[in-house]
Amino acid sequence: MVDEATKRTLAEITLLKTKASPRDGELWVQRLKEEYQSLIKYVQNNKASDNDWFRLESNKEGTRWFGKCWYIHELLKYEFDVEFDIPVTYPTTAPEIALPELDGKTAKMYRGGKICMTDHFKPLWARNVPKFGIAHAMALGLGPWLAVEIPDLIEKGIINYKEKAAEK
Amino acid sequence: MSSIAELEKKIKILESELERERSKNERGRQKIAHMSSEVVDTNPYSRLMALKRMGIVDNYERIRDFAVAVVGVGGVGSVAAEMLTRCGIGKLLLFDYDKVELANMNRLFYQPHQAGLSKVEAAERTLKEINPDVEFEIYNYNITTVDNFQHFMDRISKGGLKECTPVDLVLSCVDNFEARMAINTACNELGQKWIESGVSENAVSGHIQFIIPGETSCFACAPPLVVATHTDEKTLKREGVCAASLPTTMAIVAGFLVQNTLKYLLHFGNVAYYLGYNALEDFFPTMVMKPNPQCDDNYCRQQQAEFQKREAAKPKQVVEERKEEAVTHDDNDWGIELVSETTEEESRLAEGDTPHLTEGVKFAYTKPVQSAQNDSGVTVEKTDQSLEELMQQMKGL
Repeated sequence: MVDEATKRTLAEITLLKTKASPRDGELWVQRLKEEYQSLIKYVQNNKASDNDWFRLESNKEGTRWFGKCWYIHELLKYEFDVEFDIPVTYPTTAPEIALPELDGKTAKMYRGGKICMTDHFKPLWARNVPKFGIAHAMALGLGPWLAVEIPDLIEKGIINYKEKAAEK
Repeated sequence: MSSIAELEKKIKILESELERERSKNERGRQKIAHMSSEVVDTNPYSRLMALKRMGIVDNYERIRDFAVAVVGVGGVGSVAAEMLTRCGIGKLLLFDYDKVELANMNRLFYQPHQAGLSKVEAAERTLKEINPDVEFEIYNYNITTVDNFQHFMDRISKGGLKECTPVDLVLSCVDNFEARMAINTACNELGQKWIESGVSENAVSGHIQFIIPGETSCFACAPPLVVATHTDEKTLKREGVCAASLPTTMAIVAGFLVQNTLKYLLHFGNVAYYLGYNALEDFFPTMVMKPNPQCDDNYCRQQQAEFQKREAAKPKQVVEERKEEAVTHDDNDWGIELVSETTEEESRLAEGDTPHLTEGVKFAYTKPVQSAQNDSGVTVEKTDQSLEELMQQMKGL
């Protein structure tokens, strides 16, 4: 079920220990710390390997996440807002990552700009509860989605390069 | 520039159109205090009350004593809600955060002029017109978020026909795993009976599953069940789409769902525990699934313990009767066995303990047995940093 590229991506991301949802009080704070640790490590690794591709932050409670992700296509940087809520059933169910500005521009999305995950993602997630966290969802869910969809959307002229995004 | 005469003419036309629209609404019926069995053209309940005379249902009027929550009023939920409304259900609670879109028009119930309205609002308007006797509560929000979940639980446990009593049944008509899991969590905590329903993304199979916390398998007891349609997932063309849908499959599943609801509420026939629909082969697998003693959901395990206690407290006779109901092995009629290429031990570790399923039904995926050793990756270490410090560090990257 897991190909070599996925295995390599996975090996780079630290796993989590605590199974807790936002309804679990102190246990959730523990989980949230693990999420941040894992994310920080992942972003640092990405930077080190010159493959930095997203930033995320959350509200105080860690229930709502937002940030930016970007994709380089033919040397141009395309940047998008990312957002998602942590559902009450987390981490049993993965977060539903959304790119609101692309809502309605591709059929590979559900309402509100939630990306359509591959058939492999949910089984893989389910087999790894509670070890997988937000960093895994980004790497295995959003990453591959951008790689497939963005070049296609650019080619079709549905999204265009913005000067502003490049200055960052 | 239009002349005054032309404008006056236009006003006349518009007035008559308005009059026609108004009379449409007035023609709707008034509330009816008591369900009558009288067979007259003006009695909206006469054909339903005839079920009594035919000896199918003992006391059809009881339908008015029930409150049902419908979570998700899309292709399945809206049709189910309409069926219950026409049947004269006492109260409906509708939950959905979506809006009506023109892309929904391949399914039943909603109409193009409702595009842009919230689904729950559009549904309530139509349904009230069909049957003003039904009481409604509508909520236009996403039940899976922390902010809304508690309110959702409150309405399930207190939104019955008499305030502060639970609803009689919850119908899950949502289209995603996350929302199903949220309903499962709520119902396990509350000990609330519910029926899960679903239509596959390729639109050619569907199912309903009656879940009694502690007594039958909950939604978290095993990976989701799918009806095998013998379409190869790898060759399934997903180019450029997330989901297909057919009004037929959705209406059939809505019909199964409400039929089961009526049978359960009004005590007639056998209530289905799992009923699948394979549209390509016209095959309808049925089965009963016991809960998983190692279910991930704490509340499911608690409900199981309580169910065992209740069962033990019952006189023996009743227990025997139940056993008869719970036929799980009609599959052997077909001589079907599970044959594996790997050893039993290997597959048990890789796939976990999977209960036997009836022919034509399989799990969407399998889960490995939980063990600490097979973690190939690195696990996060204990940190002395506070959450605030970590948040700052993340921002500073």
